[in-house]
Amino acid sequence: MRRVYGFHGGIHPAENKHQSLGSRIRGAGIPQQLILPLSQHIGAPARPIVAVDDRVLKGQMIAEPGGHVSVPLHAPTSGHISAIEERPIPHPSGFPAPCIVIDCDGEDEWAPLEGVANYRDCEATELLELIRNAGIAGMGGAGFPTAVKLAGKPGQSVKTLIINGTECEPYITADDILMRERADDIVAGIAILQHILQPQEILLGLEDNKPEAIAALQAAAAGSAIEVVTFPTKYPSGGEKQLIEILTGQQVPSGGLPGDLGIVCQNVGTAVAVRDAICDGRPLISRITTVTGNAVDSPQNFEVLLGTPMQYLLDLAGLHPERCERLVMGGPMMGFTVTTPQAPVVKTTNCILAPTAEELPPPPPAQPCIRCGLCAEACPASLLPQQLFWFAQGKEFEKLEQHNLFDCIECGACSWVCPSHIPLVQYYRASKADILQQRREHAKSEQARLRFEARQARLAQEEEEREAKRAARKAAAEKRAALAEQGGEEDPIQAAIERAKAKKAAQQAGDATAATPAKASPEAALRQKLAKSEQRLAQSITAGEDAKIVSALEATVQRLKDKLAEAEAAATETGTD
Amino acid sequence: MALMRVSSPHAHGSYSTGMVMRQVLLATVPGVFVLTLFFGFGTLINVLWACLVGLACESIALLLRGRSLAFYLKDCSALVTCVLLGIALPPYAPWWLIAVGVAASILMAKQLYGGLGYNPFNPAMVGYVVLLISFPVQMTAWAPPRGLGDVPGLWEALQACFLPARYDAVTMATPLDVLRQNQGLLLEDLWAQTPQFGRWAGIGWEWVNLAFLAGGLWLLYRRIFTWHAPVAMLASLALMATLFYDGGSSSSGGSPLFHLLSGATMFGAFFIITDPVSSAVSVRGRLVFGALIGVLVYLIRVWGNYPDAVAFAVLIANFAAPFIDHYTQPRVYGHGKSGGAG
Repeated sequence: MRRVYGFHGGIHPAENKHQSLGSRIRGAGIPQQLILPLSQHIGAPARPIVAVDDRVLKGQMIAEPGGHVSVPLHAPTSGHISAIEERPIPHPSGFPAPCIVIDCDGEDEWAPLEGVANYRDCEATELLELIRNAGIAGMGGAGFPTAVKLAGKPGQSVKTLIINGTECEPYITADDILMRERADDIVAGIAILQHILQPQEILLGLEDNKPEAIAALQAAAAGSAIEVVTFPTKYPSGGEKQLIEILTGQQVPSGGLPGDLGIVCQNVGTAVAVRDAICDGRPLISRITTVTGNAVDSPQNFEVLLGTPMQYLLDLAGLHPERCERLVMGGPMMGFTVTTPQAPVVKTTNCILAPTAEELPPPPPAQPCIRCGLCAEACPASLLPQQLFWFAQGKEFEKLEQHNLFDCIECGACSWVCPSHIPLVQYYRASKADILQQRREHAKSEQARLRFEARQARLAQEEEEREAKRAARKAAAEKRAALAEQGGEEDPIQAAIERAKAKKAAQQAGDATAATPAKASPEAALRQKLAKSEQRLAQSITAGEDAKIVSALEATVQRLKDKLAEAEAAATETGTD
Repeated sequence: MALMRVSSPHAHGSYSTGMVMRQVLLATVPGVFVLTLFFGFGTLINVLWACLVGLACESIALLLRGRSLAFYLKDCSALVTCVLLGIALPPYAPWWLIAVGVAASILMAKQLYGGLGYNPFNPAMVGYVVLLISFPVQMTAWAPPRGLGDVPGLWEALQACFLPARYDAVTMATPLDVLRQNQGLLLEDLWAQTPQFGRWAGIGWEWVNLAFLAGGLWLLYRRIFTWHAPVAMLASLALMATLFYDGGSSSSGGSPLFHLLSGATMFGAFFIITDPVSSAVSVRGRLVFGALIGVLVYLIRVWGNYPDAVAFAVLIANFAAPFIDHYTQPRVYGHGKSGGAG
């Protein structure tokens, strides 16, 4: 038996898993309408490649990846696109987001599918492309694009492939039932992942509270390279970092990725999705979702088309709306409340929890923290939640970072044990958001500072160049003056006076010759002036000179025109006289 | 269907502050019982009167601060402070002494700092030290245990508390006093010549300490606090006592067992230094915190001017708690020695 390790902290909340394990996986059928958010994964949202009123077939791609870290989206059944617009989606923010809405025609007509006959003949890159094109994102809850995760950082080799079947959150049984009923598919999917990653070992980890799943997996994995490892039930063993520590005794470096240790983690549901994509060519269009909680009559697991409104599923399970006070997507520890049952099931919807008020009572008002330390005992990251709370209240961001706020995985164990009912995780989330916001602003102001400094430098340089030119001119002038002085004892002032006299004499002579025609026709002189002004105006406009100058010139031109008109009128009058 | 928007987690454990406090109160029962058995009703009256005054003080402070009475009284923290102070005070103390102590605890040490959770010092110990410095005569007058003198009845006990002028108190030096004032006698001889000593420590006191130990172990079992601070304190106290035991000579500080079962050792270890608000927070921090108190208790008991030392030791360690916290942060997941097994 492989040695398993422990991890710090953890809690044992009531499991509440048996309620939804009474029956086999049930197909949820086709609702009238499917609502498919363009962003069901981490990364850039997908880009629609269909238009309203298009008919789409089941499995047809309807949105392409919006970037490198992104996945496409496929039609879960055949029908017509009735809208591409914002709709309520399951998201902690509660904000609506762009969705493609399909009115289902009920025919469930497949687009042609093309599986790979033998994936062993394929290159890893080819298979990764197929996985990406099938729209697969982590099915455990985070929804990170699987192909990106599998590709890893260039140059990193994978030592250990970990398949996560832990499902440590209370209430959720989607993975459990999948492992019980489709162990063969899981093993087949893992074989493909093995072919892609070529790991030295493959560990399939799950908690010892799932004996049926363990038996099924062990039977299916017999003879393969997969080692099924079980360990004691404790929340949050299913967290990626915790599972890695349990199975390998290693800790993922803070701020790093499992890949830094040569480890890749994938969820069992993802393995099945990979199998479907490679062997059958079937894109990710459905998933298994647990519908549970005391507000529904028959809690169970559904195989449900992505985009199915939660209301539809809840009705299938027999919801009593009057009993249901909150609707949670995910489990009671890390799930978030959905504000409308019209929100659809997405790729990461492993559970829809409809608890009654007695089952999960609303949080009582928080009492002061007495620093009892139960939170520190429960924290799987070995943080000091009570200190973080203290600093979060005081918005002491520096202290928060010093106390490693960003190593918090928001598992909720601290809030769960808190005798003062303080919503600790909420404080941490808010503080993280504040700090990230501050960092962004910091980066922005840093950039602004760099720009400003660059501008200052440029201006200084220009000024310097001008100064240099000025100095050069001055030097030249002085040189000239010096030369002139040397050349003859000619007084510059005297010279200037002489020049002025000569100019005046020349002008008088010119005037004498020009006087007669000018006197004969004042209009001609005005016309000349007008032409000059107009020329000047055009010049100033094309040169983009100051608006004041332009308008002054315009005024001059107008005045000259008026004068000219007057003069002409006078001339005709005298002419007729 | 009006749906709530709340942030995760949606499930909660069953702990509550009031529950924790009530269990602490319950755990004092054996100790109070044994104290009453050996010293009469004095302690019980102390505790009840302290609670009454304490609730009044807490209510006034809450009203002045504009807080909800029902919500804050429900946490029982004021009761815990008052019960602990009542136990620490000498039996048959006059009513005004108790009232002054409680007022100092609740009003000064707790509410002035912002109420539960914000007090840097242990409120019960602040009250105790205020009294010890202000009224040393009343505070060092301990009644003789049953067997060494008459134990007053209920009526006399009430009189001692509420009509102190009409009551002639009978007092006797505690074993810790006797040992500190020992001049020239070997421990063995001192033991033989002084009636106050029992099997391991003082008559009555050894049982009082064992009863508080029992209550403390029950709290440990109920996981109200962790073992770190109490064990560290008892271990460091025992270690100091062993180092300076001196084979029982005339300058001996007393045997480890004597120190463990004398005065407020067990009461302090399980009921005072485990106050989470004013202690260090991390596991390592609590070890340091407890060990510091153990050493200080011994130093003050043997070479200091006060017969018992838990109150001073705790207050000094309270001062040191933020400093200890600063240097004992636990190693966070993924930091430091990467790859270390958990």
